[in-house]
Order: sequence, then C-alpha cells, then structure tokens
Amino acid sequence: MSTIFDRPLPEDAGDTTEAEAEDRLVIAAAPHIKSRETTTTIMWTVIASMVPIVAASAYFFGISALLVVVAATMGCIAVEKAFGKPGALRDGSAVITGILLGLCLPPAFPLWMAALGGAFGIAIGKTLFGGLGQNPFNPALLGRAFLQGSMPTAITSFTAPGGHFWTIHRSTLAWPFMQVPKVDAITSATPLGLMKFDHAGTPLLNLMLGSTGGSLGETAGLVILACGLFLIWKGYVNWRIPAAMLGAAALFAALAHGAVPARYPGALFTVFSGGIMLGAFYMATDPVTAPVTNPGRWIFGAGIGALVVLIRFWGGLPEGVMYAILLGNCMVPFINRATQPRVFGTAARGRRQEVAP
Amino acid sequence: MKPTMAREDLINPIWKNNPVFVQLLGLCPTLAVTNTLANGIAMGLATFFVLVGSSTLISAFRRFIPNEVRISAYIIIIATFVTIVDYVLAATVPGIHKALGAFIALIVVNCIILGRAEAFAAKNTVWRAALDGVGSGFGFIIVMLMMSGFRELLGNGTLLGYHVLGMHWEPWVFMILPPGGFFTLGMWLLIFGWYRSRKAAGTKPRVWPNRATLKVERSTREEVTV
Repeated sequence: MSTIFDRPLPEDAGDTTEAEAEDRLVIAAAPHIKSRETTTTIMWTVIASMVPIVAASAYFFGISALLVVVAATMGCIAVEKAFGKPGALRDGSAVITGILLGLCLPPAFPLWMAALGGAFGIAIGKTLFGGLGQNPFNPALLGRAFLQGSMPTAITSFTAPGGHFWTIHRSTLAWPFMQVPKVDAITSATPLGLMKFDHAGTPLLNLMLGSTGGSLGETAGLVILACGLFLIWKGYVNWRIPAAMLGAAALFAALAHGAVPARYPGALFTVFSGGIMLGAFYMATDPVTAPVTNPGRWIFGAGIGALVVLIRFWGGLPEGVMYAILLGNCMVPFINRATQPRVFGTAARGRRQEVAP
Repeated sequence: MKPTMAREDLINPIWKNNPVFVQLLGLCPTLAVTNTLANGIAMGLATFFVLVGSSTLISAFRRFIPNEVRISAYIIIIATFVTIVDYVLAATVPGIHKALGAFIALIVVNCIILGRAEAFAAKNTVWRAALDGVGSGFGFIIVMLMMSGFRELLGNGTLLGYHVLGMHWEPWVFMILPPGGFFTLGMWLLIFGWYRSRKAAGTKPRVWPNRATLKVERSTREEVTV
C-alpha cells in the first residue's frame, strides 16, 4: 500500500506532462470541499431577488420610485468606494443596502435625501465598524432612522399609487440640501396611518397586491413574500427569523383584535401592511446582524414581531418595523451568548460531568 | 509626574490635554446644551468663569482646608461662583438662562472643575492654578464652540440665528435632538483620535483615508490568495 510519503518528490516540476500533473497529490490545508457559492454570488443573488419588488414599486409609483432607489444606492456606493476597504464594493453588500434603503422610503422622496441616507448608513453603520461582517446594526435601517430623525416631514409625505408612469414629482428633484417644495401630488395616508389615526381599515386584497399608499417596499405584500420564499429556498435566508417574526406579530395582533376588535386590526392586516414583510425577509435576516444559533433566531424574530405590534398599537408612530429591528440588532450579542449550544462531549448545564472509568 | 512650566499650565489644557476631547470630562453639558451656538457660548463662558475663580480661590485656601473635608470645601467655593454666574445670566440674558435651565446649577458638579481643583489647584500656587483654570476653561470653550456650531449649522442652517446656509436650507432636525449630540461628540472624538494616532505613528495626518496603506493591504491580501 503506497501512501503519499512513499512517492518520490518530483525532481523538476517543469518536466512533468499534464497527465502526471493530474496524478500528483497536492497537500493543502482545509477546507478541501468548497461550495461554489461565495459571499459575492450570494449577495448578487439577493440583489436579483429584489428586482421584482423594485419593479412592483415602479409599477405602482412610477419613475420617481426607481429614481429614489437609484439615488439611495448611489449614496451607498459612493461612501463604500471612498472609505471602504479596497474591493469592498465588488461584494455587492453596499448595493443591497442602497436598494433596501430606497425600498423603505416614500415614492416622492427628494433624491438628495435618499443619497444622504445611504451615505450615512454606510459611513456610520458599516465602514466605521470595519466593513462587511462587523456592523452591529443594519446599515439601511440606520440610514432610514437618520432620515426619520432629520427630515420627519419629507419621510411621512406619501403620494398615492397610480398616476402616470413618467410623472416626476417636484419634491423628487429638490435641490440638494434645500427645502422641499410643497408636495404637489395627491398625498395619501398609509393603511397603518389610517388604522392608527382614523381607525379605518383597508381591504386585504389591496394590501396584498399593493395598490395602497406607503413606502416603496411596503405595498406589494405578495411579491415580497414570493421573493422572500425564493431566498429561503436557496438557503440564503434562515426561515426561522421571518417565521418567528411574522408569527409573533400575527399572534399578538390576533389576541389584541380578539379583545377589542374595533380598535386593533387583525393578524392578516398586521402581517400584510407596512414594512413588516420586507423587514422580516430582507432586513431582520441580514446574516451579519442576526443571531447565529437557531434558538437565538427564534427569540430574535419573535422579539421583533412583538415589538412591531407593540409600537404599532400602543406607540406614537403608525409603523415600528425599523425601530423594532434596530432594537433587535442591539440584543443580538446577548442572544448569541445566552443560546450557546452545549459543547460536544460535555455534560448539560446543571448536570454532573460523568467521568469515564 | 514631572514638574511642568507655568507656560505649559496655560497651553496644555487648551489642546494637548483638552478637558473634553482628551480627558473626556464634563460630557454632560457638552451633550446637553450644545444645540445652539448661543447656548454653547453661554455655557462655555459660565464654566470658564467658575473654573478660573474656583481654581484661584481653592489654591489660595489650600493650606487652610483640612484634608478630611476638602471635597465639601471645594464644592462650597465652586457653588459660590456658580450662584454668581446664575444670577448674572438671569439678569442679563434671561432667554439663554431659561434654555440652559438646570445645567447652570449643575456646573457645581462639573467634573472638569472638581477635577482641576483636586488634581491641580490644591497642589499648586495661586498663579499657576489661575493659569491652569484659564487654559482648561479656554479648552472647554473651544469644545463648546465646535459642538454647538456644528449642531446649529446642520440642525437649523443658522449660526447665532443668522441664516448662513441660505433661507431654504432643509434642517437636519436630528442634529439638534439629543442623538445628534452623541453623534457630533463621537465624530469629533473620532477625528481627534485618528489624528493623534497618526501623529503618534510618525506619519503626517491627511484628511482622506490613506491610499498608501490601503494599497499595502491589498497587495498582501493578493499574495495570500495566490
């Protein structure tokens, strides 16, 4: 039986033919079996999966919606290029951040604000912490939190869906850093705003198909659900987080609805309205800012879902997905530490270690 | 600690040993009342006055204050000056006095003042304690100007109420709100920390990420992957 140690070392590697080269044993460090998937391919697949969502928002809100997404992405790319590590742009994570940020902004949002939000999210939320994989918070949501805090009026002016595709709202093209002209389009309250302030419901079919006012990625619930399921099928998104998040929100809402039906919306309305669908599949599941253990993922998702309902029903804001996920991100290190699996071969906690005879 | 010269007593706390950016003292007023430049200037001047007065007086009394009750004695001396400042501000600029609110009274427990009293004024001559008070107070004023100027400029588009960025500037409300204070302080600390680490490393600091070091990183990484 010959092993690699019996073989003579090749005297001169240059003389070997190709057949011999095939035969040669190469000694290398692990890993030996590699997947063809890399961070880069995964990221670009996620970007591709977001195309239908962007297309749906463009269908409902026109060219302005596309411009907002592009502007947010450009802001992210510019900062990643200037301050990120060399080559960091190629992995596509900045593009994902930009598209996600664009999807949680209103349709007639000024482009310079969208770009500023993207730049803030990447600069403060990502490169300051050391780039991809180091950030504790979702950069897109951090950018949106900054915009929500800075420009509260612009980010809550929603234009109604429909209208001509090529209509560009005046507020979209506001001069950089200058005040936004009065929104000339018909503004419409979001289903959540209607529910919170007027206690008026919205037909469920409209929520699922998307013909309601709201942020770009808030409307077409079924499209986002389909894209999210695709990501789960590909294995890029851990199904436990969206399942726990949507499940907890639905359960909480059903309980509240059962208690006071006139005041609180039901489970399906809660799950299909607002940004919870986008948040559950695309934001909470960011592998960098989500827990790494399965029990941790359940806790994380359920906590966010409960927080969303808590903020929506009893908080001051009509929508709470952004703050719920950011608060969930804060808890991730603690969740990770609390849900460490048992080290193989050691006794369960509280049980005495059995010593082998 | 090596003995310092009188000139260094004055110069060091202004920049090299800045009470806020280097010693990280007095963060409470730095975060709380820097939302407009006027508030920042008033707070800076008030603290400056209290700092110089209390440092001088504590140094003058250092031989008479028993060691066991020194902190209470310092507090009484500091509180005297704070009361003076409180009344002067209320009489001259009632608007700002109202905006600063409890933070005028809270100068009593400002760590910079008590820190200088305990660490410097109680051990040095009146002249040097006064110089140190002037230096520290001036360092604090600089910080207040940098914090409040930045926040008012972006958060309101104005400086001292004048629209320096044009009438149509869209204010970043975030900057005037409390998170903006933390963000601005963090940003200044980041810039100073980066500058200082660069200076310590012996390279000339530049105002943009250093391309040379990034290139080195890239080349080493490629070697590893090859």
